Amino acid sequence: MNLKSPLGSALGQGSANSGTEHFWGQRLSAVALVPLTIWFAVALLGMPGLDYYTVSAWAAAPLHAILLSLLVIALVYHSALGTQVVAEDYIHTPGSRLVVLAFLRLAHIVLAAAGIFSVFLIATRAGA
Amino acid sequence: MAEFTLPANSRVTPGKNYPAAEGATRVRDFRIYRYDPDAGQNPRVDTYSVDLGRCGPMVLDALIKIKNEVDPTLTFRRSCREGICGSCAMNIDGLNTLACTQAIEDIRGDVKIYPLPHMPVIKDLVPDLTNFYAQYASIKPWLQTQTPPPPDSERLQSKQDQELINSPSACILCACCSTSCPSYWWNSDRYLGPATLLAAYRWLVDTRDEATGERLDHLEDPFRLYRCHTIMNCTNACPKDLNPAKAIASIKRMLVERRL
Repeated sequence: MNLKSPLGSALGQGSANSGTEHFWGQRLSAVALVPLTIWFAVALLGMPGLDYYTVSAWAAAPLHAILLSLLVIALVYHSALGTQVVAEDYIHTPGSRLVVLAFLRLAHIVLAAAGIFSVFLIATRAGA
Repeated sequence: MAEFTLPANSRVTPGKNYPAAEGATRVRDFRIYRYDPDAGQNPRVDTYSVDLGRCGPMVLDALIKIKNEVDPTLTFRRSCREGICGSCAMNIDGLNTLACTQAIEDIRGDVKIYPLPHMPVIKDLVPDLTNFYAQYASIKPWLQTQTPPPPDSERLQSKQDQELINSPSACILCACCSTSCPSYWWNSDRYLGPATLLAAYRWLVDTRDEATGERLDHLEDPFRLYRCHTIMNCTNACPKDLNPAKAIASIKRMLVERRL
């Protein structure tokens, strides 16, 4: 039997004093993704061929490598924030919410590291 | 996990039929959600055939007619019958609205009436709004100041200042918006919902109030405020044509602006 007052339940554990950073980050990464995605799509479509050598030579150009890294960062950051919201919305068991949130956070860090390192690898190898 | 089906004891079963009185001219079927906590049975949907030739124009008129003439056990809240008390909020024809301002004529086909969605049901069309009211109380919906009032007059407010709070103060707390919001359905234990956030906004933009910072601190929370994903059902449902979605967006904007 829950004898806690309705106001006590509504107040809960108080405000976490956060969320604005998340909101702002999601909007900012969304805005950044608009030009980056368009640039990436146009670049892929405009390439003479999609074979390994053409694409890696294109990706190794310094400007392209920088933009590709930015695309990876914005994409992974936006996805991390978005999937976090989905988990918070729909998972109500406290234990599994924690596990899923932790997994999502770590998985996105792995994705970001793998993506940026791949770009770095292509850029340095093609130059050698 | 998320709830995609109703619990077994909440599943709605077919109910009874109450035919219209003899000599009825314009008959409309009202399919109404019934639940009696003392009966130990699942909720059901009863069908009442109502003669609109002998009934007022609004859905509430039909409900009162049914209760008076056909089935006195039908339970619902109502008071002012003119859209200012917010008591008769229910889900009519798939949209949360007030039974007293919803014309029967504007509904095509059978009139389907359910209690406000995703609330615990006390009986028939009466939902338990305890948490909703507690959330409203939690934002301290009253004027907070440190400056004492002028000794010989009221706290002054310009005409433009008044216009800022004109629309949000017109909220009647009927709960149509909050109970139409999917985010509120899934997380009403922590998300305050559009009605309470509209009320919070009303005090945030009140130029006489001196607790704006504390109010924003109270709201700055991933669940209390940021569960709003601009679904806009709230604004769509509001029977007073208010815009809770815009008020929530303004609160988010204030929170970003005070950091920049």
